[in-house]
Amino acid sequence: MSQFLLSLLSGIFIGGAAGFLGSLMLPKRMSLAAGPLGHLALPGIALALIYGFDISLGAFPFVILGIVLIWFFERRTKLPTEALTAVVFATGVAVAFFFLPIEQAEAALVGDISSIQFSDAIFSIALCILIVFIVKAIYSNMILINISEDLAKSQRISVGRYNLVYLLLIALIVALGVKVVGGLLTAAIVAIPAATSRNLAKNLTQYKFLSLSFGVLSSAAGIIISHLTSLPAGPLIIVSSTFLFVIFIIFKR
Amino acid sequence: MNIILEVKNLSVRLNGEDVLIDLSFDVYDGEVLAILGPNGAGKTTLLKALLGIVPYEGIVKWREGVRIGYVPQRLPFIKDVPLSVKEFFQLENASENEAGEILKPIGLGKEILKKKVGDLSSGQFQRILIGWALALDPDVLLFDEPLTGIDIGGQESVYNLLERLKETKNLTILFVTHELSVVYRLTDRVLCLNKRMLCSGAPKEMLTPEAISNLYANIVKFYQHKH
Repeated sequence: MSQFLLSLLSGIFIGGAAGFLGSLMLPKRMSLAAGPLGHLALPGIALALIYGFDISLGAFPFVILGIVLIWFFERRTKLPTEALTAVVFATGVAVAFFFLPIEQAEAALVGDISSIQFSDAIFSIALCILIVFIVKAIYSNMILINISEDLAKSQRISVGRYNLVYLLLIALIVALGVKVVGGLLTAAIVAIPAATSRNLAKNLTQYKFLSLSFGVLSSAAGIIISHLTSLPAGPLIIVSSTFLFVIFIIFKR
Repeated sequence: MNIILEVKNLSVRLNGEDVLIDLSFDVYDGEVLAILGPNGAGKTTLLKALLGIVPYEGIVKWREGVRIGYVPQRLPFIKDVPLSVKEFFQLENASENEAGEILKPIGLGKEILKKKVGDLSSGQFQRILIGWALALDPDVLLFDEPLTGIDIGGQESVYNLLERLKETKNLTILFVTHELSVVYRLTDRVLCLNKRMLCSGAPKEMLTPEAISNLYANIVKFYQHKH
């Protein structure tokens, strides 16, 4: 299989899964949470680049560490989550720059899907399929939790367990996302497709479907344009996504 | 009459503050009980403790196998989700038919199922919330401030709905309210609450002007209706 096709397929799956999961994050006002977590993954990405292993593997433990830290600070202080997130993610970026090999900084910051290895690609695609299935399984109850935790609890839904699964999914999608769009742009692949979809959807079924589709579409567009122009794919994916967002705002009027 | 709920020495502390202190009361099958009290009295917290969604000390014992429907005070985040009324019912696994069946007793037509929840009027939304709680065919309805944010016409129709439910379904209803006129019309018994339980009994015996001003600490003046 050609390298281009391999990166295109991986990008499509990661973009789709991110868009789908992002549709759960938008109503929970957590779209931006993926940003700090992506930044926080940077030390892990740097380590992966130095020692030559898959950057998602490097990113994942740092994202989990970040989530645990934010959760811990939140319990220990009365500060708003944004403030704590700012503390944690800025530290992640700062630490990364102590040892990030500067010639590979671009791959760390904005991603580099074009050079993905065959085994990485297969692993990422399988993981994305798993993520989509889990998101599908928890979707209804997560929406109810988003609307009102009390109402969900009154239905005997164990909110804590669902939130844990949800956070793990976010950590996974961030770890996969840094491969495609780097540590700087991960918020965009979960936030923009869902935002575009939210503007168009008349009901939940459309909203889910469109979020996933816009994720797939923008990833495909970004990677194809990158192949034709040799501009980096990560930023092109984000710009394509924004282009769709703007087009549909105009189209809606 | 059978006891459907037993509460003994119920206390709730939230963030280091006593919200409810040592409440004890029973609720009987088919009873309509109003929970009255000033702002911050712990009325909503009481409902949440009864539902088991806030931690508490003491005993809350529902009759075995009882099904509880909950109508919360507000759902501010629901407008963030593009959700049709039908899909809102599907979140609790109610089929379109079940959802349709529920609409008639709450005075709404089937065409509302296609509407977005965010586009409903506050009266319609309140009815949908009641319908949502009823779709699970509960034995008990816990109802937090049924009339907040609803205009007078809407309030009247929610009263009527509660009255009809009481007659037709033999529901046990516990509701939190500020509206004393509803209390007279609907309830068998009132609980007056201000962190502690201040009174419990039939509304006409309990709601004397002295008791009310005691409960609300002279915030409101109220004169007993002459029927």
